[in-house]
Amino acid sequence: MKKLFKITTPEGLHARPAALLVTAVTPFECEVQLTYKEKSVNLKSIMGVMAQGIAPESIVEISAEGPDAEQLFQTVTELIVSKGIGEEC
Amino acid sequence: MLEIQGIAVSEGIAFANAYCLKEPDLSFEAVKVTDVHAELERFKAAIVKTKVELQEIYEIAQEKFGAEKAAIFAAHLLVLEDPEMLAAIEAKIQTGMNAEFALDEVSTMFIAMFEGLDNVYMQERVADIRDVSTRVLAHLLGVEMVDMNRLTSDVIIIAKDLTPSMTAMLDTKYVKGFITDIGGKTSHSAILARTLEIPAVVGTKHATQDIQHGAPIILDGTNGKIIVNATSEVSSFYRQQQHLHNEEHEELLQYRSLPSLSADGFSIEIAGNIGKPEDVDMVTNAGGDGIGLFRTEFLYMGRQELPTEEEQYQAYKSVLEKMQGKPTIVRTLDIGGDKQLPYLKLATEMNPFLGYRAIRISLTQQEIFRVQLRALLRASAYGHLKIMFPMIATLDEFKMAKAILLEEKQNLESDGYPVSETLDVGMMIEIPSAAIIADIFAKEVDFFSIGTNDLIQYTLAADRMNENVSYLYQPYHPAVLRLIKNVIDAAKHHGKWVGMCGEMAADEIALPILLGFGLNEFSMSASSILKTRAHIAKLSKQQLMPHNERILLLSTASEVEEYVKNNLLSLS
Repeated sequence: MKKLFKITTPEGLHARPAALLVTAVTPFECEVQLTYKEKSVNLKSIMGVMAQGIAPESIVEISAEGPDAEQLFQTVTELIVSKGIGEEC
Repeated sequence: MLEIQGIAVSEGIAFANAYCLKEPDLSFEAVKVTDVHAELERFKAAIVKTKVELQEIYEIAQEKFGAEKAAIFAAHLLVLEDPEMLAAIEAKIQTGMNAEFALDEVSTMFIAMFEGLDNVYMQERVADIRDVSTRVLAHLLGVEMVDMNRLTSDVIIIAKDLTPSMTAMLDTKYVKGFITDIGGKTSHSAILARTLEIPAVVGTKHATQDIQHGAPIILDGTNGKIIVNATSEVSSFYRQQQHLHNEEHEELLQYRSLPSLSADGFSIEIAGNIGKPEDVDMVTNAGGDGIGLFRTEFLYMGRQELPTEEEQYQAYKSVLEKMQGKPTIVRTLDIGGDKQLPYLKLATEMNPFLGYRAIRISLTQQEIFRVQLRALLRASAYGHLKIMFPMIATLDEFKMAKAILLEEKQNLESDGYPVSETLDVGMMIEIPSAAIIADIFAKEVDFFSIGTNDLIQYTLAADRMNENVSYLYQPYHPAVLRLIKNVIDAAKHHGKWVGMCGEMAADEIALPILLGFGLNEFSMSASSILKTRAHIAKLSKQQLMPHNERILLLSTASEVEEYVKNNLLSLS
């Protein structure tokens, strides 16, 4: 499963939104990746996500494979929208 | 029982246990391990311990500072649990590397990666990774880390010295006083103690070696004494002293709402020196007539990049608003010398006090200066702002600084920003060259503020922090007094106003001299305001003035001191 999001936080995907995302996806069993500028990182890794240096208005792709992927996408989408991190593309 | 004598720098008596701030030794060797499994377990155990520690800090921080500020520790927990980082470290251990070395290699790699990002915010996260890996390393090595964030009971801090960034972490709810090995009456930590109104003793030489962590301590900041493991008699003596001190303090409170007048009705201003916007409360609580010195460099310290115009504007605005129209003198950036900003990457100098510092930096790196001036000018609409430039040595420097200020004022006005019309522009007198030609400067400035800490150092060519020559830090030296008198006379002659923002302004011996000389404003640590107002209320300016000439003809600092004690203090 894959989904594109546009990051809308003014500072980009910095520590606080990255921490929210990582915390939200960590309990899921499935593997989850965040792809930005053709580079994929583990979305369960705060270091990986932050090291991407994702600027505001960037488009990122989140992909997940595994038994609870669907549930994960529901959680992630809700979080991204409700916390003002970004919007679905 | 052990008694230690140091230099008394901030009055009051405190009772609490010692909290020794020592730099932990985190050195380790890279060794080849044979039992990889055991090494992995050792690493995991260190992670668990760190996790417990961070969780605890997070909870304390949340309670003390609120969820937002505590979030930093929640982020630290995520770094600690980061699957990529943990996997990388474990992979290295699998190859036979010891855990300390593997941790260091991986965290260094991540740090380099973050430093390489073209984003200052992300570069700052390096500090988080460093903090977390240092904690894990300490657990691996079995070294206990000191952590001021974890304070939950009253302590007296014992340190070699306190850096400005460390002092920013002091929470007076628990920190009841501090003791340092080095420093003098005018070192930054001493000034800070007075600002925070907590007792402090500095220059004890080896308190950090003599005092055990956790030992019960009595700190007498009035007499510079420290008593470790006091007997019950000594303890009750100091309880009594503490009571007396508090009573005396209560008595001084009556001066809080009184005007600053000499016994013969001569009006002066007694103002406070501050380093941060929060310090204003202490000045207003003490009934200060204004802010005589806002040391703006603290806005620039303890961070990784220059503060923005907006950040500075908010800070200056909040100070001016809190002062409710009372005069507020803001000194532009005074960096260099003993105050460094690592991110400016200034070269190390042979003689930093005689080098590239203060206004010299501002006039060279004008982009930094202009941001500060714009922030100040924008804030000027919210109160009675006076701007002054530090370390002025030549007339050209002052003229250039003022021209830049006026240029920015014009720019802002044409951009539609409201800027105060009654903005005073002055300078610090802290270099003898400026004091000597004060008559020339007086035509150009709106006011002078004499910075005695540096003026004394430069006049006697002695570093006040160097114990071998600190005896030359002589506020009553006739040369210093003559320079001060020259500045005051020059200002008066041209109808200008003159203040003093050095430590000398609150000195009981110097007070009658300065009042007689005709100083308009005395600016000091908030804790000295009431005492000085009470002191001045007993002095008569008319009776002091005839002594001016005689004081200026005395030969030594000790002669001056004796003269004041014998002739001036008795006038009160």
